[in-house]
Amino acid sequence: MTTRRAVMAQTRVELILTLRRGESLLVSFLIPLGILVFFSKVGAVNTSLKDPVEFLVPGVLSLAVMSTAMVSLGIATGYERRYGVLKRLGSTPLSRGGLLVAKTINVVVIEVMQIVVIVATGVALGWELTGQFVAALGLLLLGTVVFASIGMLLAGTLRAEATLAVANGLFLLFLFLGGMAYPLDRLPDALASFARLLPPAALSESVRAALEGSGFPWSELVVLALWAVVMPFIVVRKFRWEE
Amino acid sequence: MSLSQNAIEVIDATKSYGSLRATENLSFSVNKGEVFGILGPNGAGKTTTVEMLEGYRFPDSGQVRVLGLDPKKDAATLHERVGVMLQEGGLSPGLKVAEALRLYRGLYSSPDDPERLLRLVELQDSSRTLIRRLSGGQRQRLSLALALIGRPEVIFLDEPTAGMDPRARLVTWEIIRQLRTDGVTVLLTTHGMDEAESLCDRVAILDRGALVAIGSPRDLTTRADAQETRFTAQSELDLVSLAIALGIERVSLTEYQPGQYSVAAEPTPDLIARLAIWLREQNVRLGTLEAGQRSLEEVFLRLTGEGEDR
Repeated sequence: MTTRRAVMAQTRVELILTLRRGESLLVSFLIPLGILVFFSKVGAVNTSLKDPVEFLVPGVLSLAVMSTAMVSLGIATGYERRYGVLKRLGSTPLSRGGLLVAKTINVVVIEVMQIVVIVATGVALGWELTGQFVAALGLLLLGTVVFASIGMLLAGTLRAEATLAVANGLFLLFLFLGGMAYPLDRLPDALASFARLLPPAALSESVRAALEGSGFPWSELVVLALWAVVMPFIVVRKFRWEE
Repeated sequence: MSLSQNAIEVIDATKSYGSLRATENLSFSVNKGEVFGILGPNGAGKTTTVEMLEGYRFPDSGQVRVLGLDPKKDAATLHERVGVMLQEGGLSPGLKVAEALRLYRGLYSSPDDPERLLRLVELQDSSRTLIRRLSGGQRQRLSLALALIGRPEVIFLDEPTAGMDPRARLVTWEIIRQLRTDGVTVLLTTHGMDEAESLCDRVAILDRGALVAIGSPRDLTTRADAQETRFTAQSELDLVSLAIALGIERVSLTEYQPGQYSVAAEPTPDLIARLAIWLREQNVRLGTLEAGQRSLEEVFLRLTGEGEDR
């Protein structure tokens, strides 16, 4: 039987390993913060908003969730699969569900740290909350489900090296198509329409609407929710515990 | 429940990967408290057999039982009572030795003391070392400690001493002997005949997924020995001519390895004299001549055809 004690023991190890991986902390903290500070100071983004930081904070929060839930989780899990760690844990009393809970806690803890740092930096740069913060957190959680599913799908189907490459490639692609560092309407119309159907844009646009209090982001929410239902379903069917 | 009297039951288990038969109608059982070895050449189905018992693979037909339970359906119960050492891997390279032990201590409900286990496998000086910095043999010993930490009733060791130096091997053997004393059932696979001979109460020899022999090492090495004479000489002797000279059937004569011959007949003075005369006629130099107990290695090579061209 998986006890709470077993889940906590695994969670502790997940956190130790995450904090020990320098390159994953770089992706999780320095890249979002770098984008926030650089683009708000340099003013490279000419947005319709009165201040670039109003645009960037929601985008960078979404980027942070994507980096932790998709890139860090996916790569770490892919290598755990490669090293037989997942297989070995499979014959201990820690159930698959218990392992998943431990990984979820790990992701959420890192995300909370990211959110604190990003919001603090945003406030220092003059960001003001005009909408609903709790709604934004709910959306970020929904986004976590989607991106964690993408990360786990890569980890559970590809070789570890391929997971590493694809996760980083998707991160870059989603950064460009995600309405995170610059508005979607900078893209050609057809590309922007396509991008709006993908998770990163759905997340960043809906979080932006929530934080600005600019009306309920129905269409983005529907896109995000669809991904959040479909992706875990695919992962459960496709995930293989051994490489 | 007749099944629960044995620690391990494999009943007519067949497992295929595509067109490859990994095990075929395999049946054997292991008594409680027994140290049981599975021997066989690479690809004989040793790991597949162990992994069916560990719950990683499921037989296409037939069944397997551990402590009377189904490794798949009763996994939650069994995992608390079974220890596993994989053939390779299973450890996070980024963890320290002590952290891995602490994790596994947290996973079991009545765990053993990590400090005691560290000393047992002689890793007490490496407790703060990252696993990625351990040698292969040290990782094997850590894996063994992790297999032990839940105080298992049954422990599966897939090639436990592969890659260990002689000293570490002896430490591991001593641990396995202690497990037997403590009444733990041990199932291990090995390539080492010396390992099987010195540790195992009984061994099963697998070849191409099928059981070709089972018994105590002593049984296997002495079986029908009075009826056998062996000698070595150059390879590819004319066995038809030799059989006539010895006055025996051609089928009683085999070259089971190049240059190694077995005569299924008692080493009577008459037989030895006939052999010597034939060798002189053929101008063949005799290497060794022996009768009596074979080594387990010879039994193994004979049964599995290991070393022959296939």
